[in-house]
Amino acid sequence: MLASRVFSLVGRRSISTSLCLRAHGHAGVVKAEDYTLPAYVDRRDVPLPEVAFVRDLSAQQQALKEKEKASWSALSVDEKVELYRIKFNETYAEMNKGTNEWKTILGGVFFFLGFTGIILIWQKHFMYGPIPHTFSEDWLSAQTKRMLDMRVNPVEGISAQWDFDKNEWKK
Amino acid sequence: MRRLLARRMKFHLLGAFLVSMTSAALYKFGVAEPRKRAYAEFYKKYDPMKDFETMKAAGVFECAPPK
Repeated sequence: MLASRVFSLVGRRSISTSLCLRAHGHAGVVKAEDYTLPAYVDRRDVPLPEVAFVRDLSAQQQALKEKEKASWSALSVDEKVELYRIKFNETYAEMNKGTNEWKTILGGVFFFLGFTGIILIWQKHFMYGPIPHTFSEDWLSAQTKRMLDMRVNPVEGISAQWDFDKNEWKK
Repeated sequence: MRRLLARRMKFHLLGAFLVSMTSAALYKFGVAEPRKRAYAEFYKKYDPMKDFETMKAAGVFECAPPK
């Protein structure tokens, strides 16, 4: 929706102008742009793409195409492979082959995680002020004692890890 | 290339079934059952009044001071 609004803002004239400029050099017929024509694509689920891979054949390849019109048993193996390569870019095996991209990605991820870590360390050292007094050892011990007195989480939590008879943490 | 979708779908349906069943079973027998047992054990020998008296003596109640 928004894209069409922008289109009307820019004005139909400016976008078609460039095509029209070129058209006037060719007796008024606009040459079809590449992106408007059917395209070749290497996809598993598209076994026969809309066009052959090689669009403009060399003289040698055109001769081969002529030979293709005759009996195929006359073609050598190399010629058959050449005909295949004219029609297709990659074989299914080549297309489906995995890459080593994951190593690059993993490396990049770790690198930036490390960089973030450096930033955090710098921040802790140079930027942040002292932590609240409620994190001191004394306060934490008093806090834990109060939690145990209140029997916080007595079934599976902190009070379950404390031995109330021996007054120590359970082993 | 033949039966591309069918092969892929079979593989993934089976895999999804196994993964979900396994994770459910692991959770049930790793987390849920031990938790149920822990609660049962705890409440077998639980005396709320004794617990209350201990907590009261420790001084955590505002409306029930230890004296």
